[in-house]
This record gives sequence, C-alpha cells and structure tokens, in this order.
Amino acid sequence: MRNPYLPLPMKLVKNFTETSDKLIHTFTLEFLSQEDAENFKYAPGQFAEVMVYGKGEAPFGIASSPTEKGILKFSVAKVGVVSTALHMLEEGTIVGVRGPLGNSYPLEQLKGKSLTIIGGGFAFTTLRSTIQYILDPANRGDYGDLTVIYGARNPGLLLYKDELAAWDARPDINLITTIDREVEGWTGRVGFIPTVTKEVAPKSDYAIICGPPVMIKFTLPVLVECGFTPDRIIMSLENRMKCGIGMCGRCNVGSKYVCKDGPVFTKEQLDKLPNEY
Amino acid sequence: MIINKNEIAGILTKLAEEYRVIAPVKKDGLVQYAAIKNGEEACLDYANTKKPGKEILFPQSEELFNYTVSAEGVRMQDNVDKEATIVFGMRPCDVKSLVLLDNVFKNDQYTDVYYLTRRANTLIVGLGCNEPASTCFCTSMACGPFAKEGSDIFLTDLGETYFIEGISDKGKELLAKLGLSAASEEQKAAAAKLQTETKADGSINIEGLAEKLGGMFEHPFWDSLHEKCLGCAACTYLCPTCHCFDIADEAKDCEGCRVRNWDACMFPLFTLHGSGHNPRPGGKARWRQRLMHKFNYFVERYNATACVGCGRCIKNCPVNLDIRQALAEVRALD
Repeated sequence: MRNPYLPLPMKLVKNFTETSDKLIHTFTLEFLSQEDAENFKYAPGQFAEVMVYGKGEAPFGIASSPTEKGILKFSVAKVGVVSTALHMLEEGTIVGVRGPLGNSYPLEQLKGKSLTIIGGGFAFTTLRSTIQYILDPANRGDYGDLTVIYGARNPGLLLYKDELAAWDARPDINLITTIDREVEGWTGRVGFIPTVTKEVAPKSDYAIICGPPVMIKFTLPVLVECGFTPDRIIMSLENRMKCGIGMCGRCNVGSKYVCKDGPVFTKEQLDKLPNEY
Repeated sequence: MIINKNEIAGILTKLAEEYRVIAPVKKDGLVQYAAIKNGEEACLDYANTKKPGKEILFPQSEELFNYTVSAEGVRMQDNVDKEATIVFGMRPCDVKSLVLLDNVFKNDQYTDVYYLTRRANTLIVGLGCNEPASTCFCTSMACGPFAKEGSDIFLTDLGETYFIEGISDKGKELLAKLGLSAASEEQKAAAAKLQTETKADGSINIEGLAEKLGGMFEHPFWDSLHEKCLGCAACTYLCPTCHCFDIADEAKDCEGCRVRNWDACMFPLFTLHGSGHNPRPGGKARWRQRLMHKFNYFVERYNATACVGCGRCIKNCPVNLDIRQALAEVRALD
C-alpha cells in the first residue's frame, strides 16, 4: 500500500524573484533520482503539496509542463507560513513534494480544437504549464489556433516575462497581454480582462479561464456572449486544501472535493454545484 | 454460544497477552476507550462512550511520520501502527460508523495506510444496547440497537450471561479458539426477542431526505437554524462519522514530525483561503455544510447517510441544538 502522505525529496535549484513587488517567486525543483522523475507523471492543471522541512506543506499549482523533463516549477505568492519559508530558502535546499494531485485540463479531449486561454494575475501558473505543453513541438500539431489573454495590475506583476516575449515572437500563438492602468513605456493593451476579452471577441472551440473570483465573475458573461457554451468553458477552482487526496473534508463544493475531483471543472459542472467556492 | 459474565474478565486478560485489547473503561469520571491488560478494567455496563469509537482507528491526534534533516539529506520514518488489536464491547452505532469511514479512507485513487492498516488488524466485538438512551435515534438511521454490520463478534446481554454470535470469519475463528459452550434454545429465543423488540427513537424518516436537501441549498430554512450555535464543534468532534482533519508539522531544529488532528467544518478558519476569501464565512453556511454533508453530499458520494444516530451531538451540545429537530423541520417544509 503506497503511503500518499509521504513527500518525495527534491532539490531547490532556482529561487527566482518573478514580480516587481517581490511577492511572487518561481521555484525550480529537481528530482533527486531518475526513478522519481519518471514516476512523477503529471498533466497541466494538476497541483502538488510542497513541503519545507520543519514548517509544513501547502498546495500549489504546477507551473512547469510535463515536456520540461526532470524538474518541477511552482510560482508562489508570499502569504503564509510555508510560502514565506519557501521564499527564504537558499538554492540547494532539499524540500518535499507530494503529488501530482487533482485532475488536469482535458488536453486529450481538446486535441484538434482551437483554444482561448484567459488568465489573471498570479493564477496564470497552471496556464503557463498548459501553454508550454501545447507549444512544445511534439504537441503543437495536435491543437488548432491558440489565443492567450493575460492580464496583471501593472507590467511588473506579469509572470514569466521572458517567456511572454518568446511566445509573442511566435506565429502560432496570439498573445494579448493587458494591464489595468496606463503605464509609461507599456505598448500592450490597457484594460481589465473582461473588457479586453470583449474587444478581442475570441472565437474558439474551448475557453480555459483561471484568475481571481472577481475576474471570473465578469468574464464568464463575456465568454457566453462570444458563443462559448457552458460545457466549453473550463475553469480551475482554488479551495483551501490539506490532504489533497479527498479525505480531510476541507475543500468540498457540494459532494465534490476540489482536491480530487477538481481543481478543473467545466462551467456546466459548476453550474450544478452549490455556489460555495 | 453463551458465556457467563463473570468469565469475561479472565478471557480478556488472557487475550491481552496476545493482542492489544481495547475496551470501554471508567476513567476520570467518563466511560472511554482504553487499552487494558487486566480484564477487570473493562466496563460493559454503559450507555455509550463519551468519545466515539472512531478514535481507535483514527486517533484525535496522530503522528504520521517523523524526519531528520542533515547535510546528507532527509531521513524519514513513517509510523504505521500494525499491532493486532481486539476492540471489546463497542456499541452498534460506533461499529457502523467504521463501515462508513471505510468509504472515506479508501477511494478509487488513494488509500490512507494509517487507518486501513489498523482496520485490517483490528477485530471488533460489538455489544447490543438493551436500553437505548433518550438521545439515541439509531433505529432511524439504517442502524439499530442490535445492528451487527461491521462487528466480527456480537454480544447480546441476557442478564447473567452474554449470548455470543460469530459474524465474520475472523470473529468465528477467534470464538473457535475460546471453546465456549453452546447456547440453549431458551437463551437463543431470549436473544432473538431482545434483538427484534428493542428500538431507539425511530421517528425520523430519512427516505427521500437526501433528494429534498439537494434542492434546498438556497432555502431560507438555513437563515435561522444556526442562530443558537456557538461554533464550539463539540458535535463534530464527538460524531463517530465526522472525519475531517488537519495536517501540521511540529519541528525543532533539524528534527520534526507531521501530525494530523481532528478538525471540524464548524470552525471559521476551516475553509479560509490564503487570499482572505472564505467560502463559508458564517454560521449559516457552516451549519448547512454539516447537515448537507451528512444527509446529502455523503449519500451522493457513498450511497449512505453519514449519521448513525448515536445522539452524542445532542447530548453534548452546550445550547441544546438537536439534529433530530432540524431534520424534522426539513421534512415538514413544503
């Protein structure tokens, strides 16, 4: 019987300050053994519990893509005991990882489809995983047009700036970045995600959306206006979790556990659940 | 089979040489489960234990593993309890709760090795209730004072003797080793009469309740139900089917351990997000969660009601909230 509570040891190889306010760092972790690297099979949208020895563990969406072999990336905001301890870790430290946990974006089902991916602020992490996965040469041919709308309060808060520049240079992705208010030197769009989405009026087979609740609330009606039916709008919930394996009883929405049955649900599935997330 | 009550202590003492024997004992003015070495310690003359039987397999606080961090790396030791155990004299409601908890601790993807290893190594001797308490309502909850589901061996109190039935193979094997006498026809008849005729409060009809609650999430019924509730969570801690837990690390310098502790949906911090958002911000949402989890969500997920009618939540509520009354009110709604 495998013990799902035991973390796997991993080495922190990079602790990178991602945003200008220094509140979000991206951690790159390397598997200590080749065997662990091969056994840790995950898909974009899944999360893991990251443990700082002596402090505890917390759940974070996996920001890396399975196509990036041998490592895991997590972009973590400094908000609690574990995340603060993580921010202060030196490169080379051993941490624990439990996962992969939860379901993932239905990338098999989305093959051959055109996609619009919409992200707001710090919730962009698992969307990075998805985009990297689709853009990988081995997978790009499996998917149709790819539109990405990504917004942050100001340019300094955008995650993965180097990658955004690289994606922007590619012909096979339509990347739209936006910030909330005008800033000198910014040449991209200005405006909140719902407004920008309305302007762009994306036409795709499916939309994947992840962001703060208020952004989701105002963007969903726009997506419906653009013709996305509830079964073609894919969302990711973020409830408080502990065990990550559907037992501790904390993250339920109705009879579903976000940690195990989610975090990915379609709007159609969520419409049938109590509004308690 | 039959056994005189005055022989029980000797058998338990003997069994304790080979097994960890856990039985209800009188301790600090309460009847509670404890490991015993001497059969005289067992107290079988009790209505029910203060804390539920779940604590034997799912302790209130439990170290999952410990670790030492050094320059060479991390050494980890997990603490799975494999000791062969006999639980003697557990009431049918608590035994049934273990059957329900099995669903939670083993799902299609994950197995909780701590709970399940104990479960596999534990034999349960159930004890029927001749006189259910006024707060008992097991008869309403697909259970009952003489329900045998989950017991390996079952005892019926006939006054001077216990009528003993082997239920599972594991139970029958142990009984074969004990070499007990066969029960007479009169004793069998007396046990059958007691088992059929003894009832607890059966006034709550749960038929159709899950479906009804399913359509009631936004109902004004929830607005006032919770008003007396202090949010102390005694109801959930003492509930044999409540299984929510917290996971925390305790560490000093380079040594630490991970513990899990019972937790409860009645606490405001239970669902508080790191962002400050709380999907269940008030008593209304939390009481609704408690009732819905037991009588709707659990039914939807595992096809069983997560309540065995033990009545501890009623008996121990500091403001006398009665779940039976809440359910009766739900039934009465149009």
